[in-house]
Amino acid sequence: MPQIAQIAATYASQIFWLLIVFGLIYFVIGKGMLPKIEATVDARDQKIASDLAAAEAARGAADETEAAYRARIEEARAAALKATQDAKSAATAEAEKRVKAADEALAAKAAEADAALKAAQAKALAEIENVAAEAAQEIVAKVSGIEVDKAAAEGAVKAALAA
Amino acid sequence: MAAESGKIDPMHQFMIEPLFGQGWSIAGHNIAFTNSAMWMVVTLAALLIFMIGGMKRDLVPGRWQAAVESFTGFVSGMMATNIGPEGKKFTPYVFSLFMFILIANIMGMMPTGVVGVHPFTVTSHLTVTGVLAVISFSIVLVVGFWRHGFHFFSLFVPHGTPGYMIPMIFVIELFSFLIRPFSLGLRLFVAMTAGHILMKVLAGFVINGINAGALTVAIVSIPSFILMIGITLLELLVCAIQAYVFALLTSLYLNDAINLH
Repeated sequence: MPQIAQIAATYASQIFWLLIVFGLIYFVIGKGMLPKIEATVDARDQKIASDLAAAEAARGAADETEAAYRARIEEARAAALKATQDAKSAATAEAEKRVKAADEALAAKAAEADAALKAAQAKALAEIENVAAEAAQEIVAKVSGIEVDKAAAEGAVKAALAA
Repeated sequence: MAAESGKIDPMHQFMIEPLFGQGWSIAGHNIAFTNSAMWMVVTLAALLIFMIGGMKRDLVPGRWQAAVESFTGFVSGMMATNIGPEGKKFTPYVFSLFMFILIANIMGMMPTGVVGVHPFTVTSHLTVTGVLAVISFSIVLVVGFWRHGFHFFSLFVPHGTPGYMIPMIFVIELFSFLIRPFSLGLRLFVAMTAGHILMKVLAGFVINGINAGALTVAIVSIPSFILMIGITLLELLVCAIQAYVFALLTSLYLNDAINLH
């Protein structure tokens, strides 16, 4: 086994060159390059973490905006609904009021007409009584030659009409 | 062993041969630039190229950058789960360890033999894995005593140990603690060595079977070749697993030192 057989002759050279090579690796690569590479990795990890946080924040803001938008839409819809309902109820009330007023006017007119009718009827009746009484006076005078006074004729006509 | 199986010696792949600088030495120790050192440098270069590809630092990573970041993320995630936030300081060390072992293991599996360059697995050498294990263990010791002083020894007495058991438990725990660098270094060394020997032995069966004639091709070479495909895939898996185990155990030992259970 040359590793053992040659050890006395070669150990110094082996150790010397190993220390030089390993020392170079340690100081140049391990101490010089490795921290830079690790710093790059750390910077990337941080960048990713901060980007993720920013994205999360942006999503939160978007959610908030959307919620506000929804709330406003909801509000506007409620306001529109209220306005239409108000308008509708106002229109209904107005219509009812006008119908009532029209009803009242019509009723008043009907009552007036009724009263006029009644007056006319009463006047006609009175005129009929008058005419009847005069006719009765004349008939009595012609038939019997008795002059009946107007009051008596009227009383007889009234009695006959009432019967 | 080598003589019987023709020219194929499964141990030859572990031979260290100086490439240049045979005369170089520090305090009397020869530090020639060997094939092992060359493959360490190849590992370093491959790792450097891989990492530079991940240094674009784009916010949206490309494929290469994503691959590099998955490795760094894997190691820093392992440190975070095993040690906690305090483990971040040790991520560069464990990452270096993990990547060096992983790429050295995989480089040893590269089929560079087809262009005449013998692949050499740096981590199949006890000296290399031993040094890495000793570095890990030293960091554990230094961190443990730095943070907790002599209170660090309470690591060897688990909570709720009855008083009369403490001396025995202490010795056992101390022993298991001191054995860690050996198990750490030997595990990687043995796993890589055994796997590579098995691959070379099977490859030797295939080649020698072909040389011996049609009958041996049918009964030796083809089954060996099929087996070798599986073993190669298994070895690639072992390359990753052993790098992971080394890094994981280092992080667990660091956790002991930092958090004291």
